[in-house]
Amino acid sequence: MEAGVFMGREVRKMLNKKIVNIFFKYFILLLLTAMFLFPLLFMLSTSVKSINEIFTESFHLIPRVFHFENYANALRTIPYLRYAWNTLFITVLNVVGQLLVSPMIAYSLSKVDWIGKRVVFVVLLSTMLLPYQATMIPVYIIWNKLGLVGSYVPLILPAFFGYAFYIIILRQFFMTIPDSILESAKIDGASEFRIYWNIMLPLCKPALTSVAIFTFMFTWSDFLGPLIYLTKQDNYTLALGLQQYLSEHTIAWEQLMAASTMFAMPIVIIFFFAQRKFIEGVVTTGLKG
Amino acid sequence: MTKNKIKTNLYGLLFALPWIIGFFIFGLYPICKSLYYSFTDFNVFMEPNWVGLDNYKDLFQDRLFYKSLGNTLFMTAIGTPVTIVFALICALVLNMKIKGRAFFRTIFFVPSLIPIVAATLMWVWVFNPKYGLINIILKGVGLKGLNWLADPLLTKPSLILIGLWGMGVAMVIFLAALQDVPRELYEAASMDGANEWRKLINITLPCISHIMLYQVILAVINNFQYFTQAYVITGAGGSAGSGGGLNVASGGPANSILFYALYLYHNAFVFLKMGKASAMAWILFIITGLVTWLLIKTYGGRGIHGERGKKNAK
Repeated sequence: MEAGVFMGREVRKMLNKKIVNIFFKYFILLLLTAMFLFPLLFMLSTSVKSINEIFTESFHLIPRVFHFENYANALRTIPYLRYAWNTLFITVLNVVGQLLVSPMIAYSLSKVDWIGKRVVFVVLLSTMLLPYQATMIPVYIIWNKLGLVGSYVPLILPAFFGYAFYIIILRQFFMTIPDSILESAKIDGASEFRIYWNIMLPLCKPALTSVAIFTFMFTWSDFLGPLIYLTKQDNYTLALGLQQYLSEHTIAWEQLMAASTMFAMPIVIIFFFAQRKFIEGVVTTGLKG
Repeated sequence: MTKNKIKTNLYGLLFALPWIIGFFIFGLYPICKSLYYSFTDFNVFMEPNWVGLDNYKDLFQDRLFYKSLGNTLFMTAIGTPVTIVFALICALVLNMKIKGRAFFRTIFFVPSLIPIVAATLMWVWVFNPKYGLINIILKGVGLKGLNWLADPLLTKPSLILIGLWGMGVAMVIFLAALQDVPRELYEAASMDGANEWRKLINITLPCISHIMLYQVILAVINNFQYFTQAYVITGAGGSAGSGGGLNVASGGPANSILFYALYLYHNAFVFLKMGKASAMAWILFIITGLVTWLLIKTYGGRGIHGERGKKNAK
């Protein structure tokens, strides 16, 4: 920049405009940050307040006294641990099912050159558009006839048939593996299954991790499935248990917020450990459309 | 050679078999079955009884059916564009030259990780007219607090607000699409003296239009299935001002958040009118199919620009 004396009107105008721009940029950024963050902070703050402090007119984000015992109380009164165990059980088996089956299907739809490949893929894509409600009732009737309503089977077994969403993530990834690697194995006389198991799967660990994370997240948070299929309170998942708790005790906000925080925590923790994988996974499925 | 081919075909089929079986059990068969059920009167305890078009006639005279359809269309027609535009704005903001982008991206994204039930519980509390965060802020700046979840006019906008808060997935996808737009296009436009707004309209939006279409279709389908948030809020009893108990099928204040999927659920699992609910399911199936088809037909062609732009970039 030239000496200030020579700083023409134009230059100064541009500089002003730039400062206004930067100011505006960070103003919007902070506004959005506040919008995303404040409700969460409010939840955290409520979760460590005493009942008396929650229901006062004067509001402090940081409580005067921290009541961490709210968390212990929530564990007891909600039966949080029981629900958490149930949820974990269903979630882990869903992850296992999905990891066992979805990659196989994705492999068939990406690397095996068979006649049904295109048709199956198109049908698979179109099931992504199928509303859950469209099949909900007959599927419920099937489980009911089998006497399995009230058990975890309807919430677990379908995962062992693979979900379109995960198959598409994996297929996208498999497509990036060069055919030459598979060809050379084939020439060496490896069977299709060996190629899949010994070459493809180890190469696709990142995509498998994404699928595991997504399955974990969706099953952990699922509400409609447990609502329909779980009948005994002992079997409730966290989502269902918390909703029921809210419908019965509308006053105990400090415990509800403590329980909600504990409910969300595992996913947030996983996210911070596997942030890149997470976002990459979202993006691959998203960009595919 | 032919023997190899048969073998490959067999392997392909074998690998895909779980999904194909699953598709017949959990997809095709239920869809057909629910069409049949929609012409019958039945609950879980008795066998279906053919009643012809009675369920459909019943629905078309049902005030609540129209109410639920209207509420859902509101979410689709207003919630979808508002959410998509907001997600795009967030992505554009994060795509600017800013310090600490990863940090802000994380903050914008984290809300979408919170399980819907936990997030909705939190929002019921945030919306609390007396002790909730929003009204505290409104009162703090000298405005009057609102009855967010109790005023029939505000319930749906409140739900859209919850949706905006949790739009992280859409934002991240937009952000990735924005980073795929070829830099040269912007540089060329700058040389031609185009301002930021023109660049947005003439370069950015056309380049991400295929992603936009995908997002809109997903959002529309999701909005037609809008359920959990409404169920949690209507079940929350006094605090939300809905007065809905556990056993009473409730659609919130003046049924303003009785959404299609919620009413379908009530019919199926509370009133045990499985036939009527199946008719609703089929109507939903047809509507979402039609809307998706229309969207693809109307806007699908434009995606080509985006594809071309992407290919050039590589």
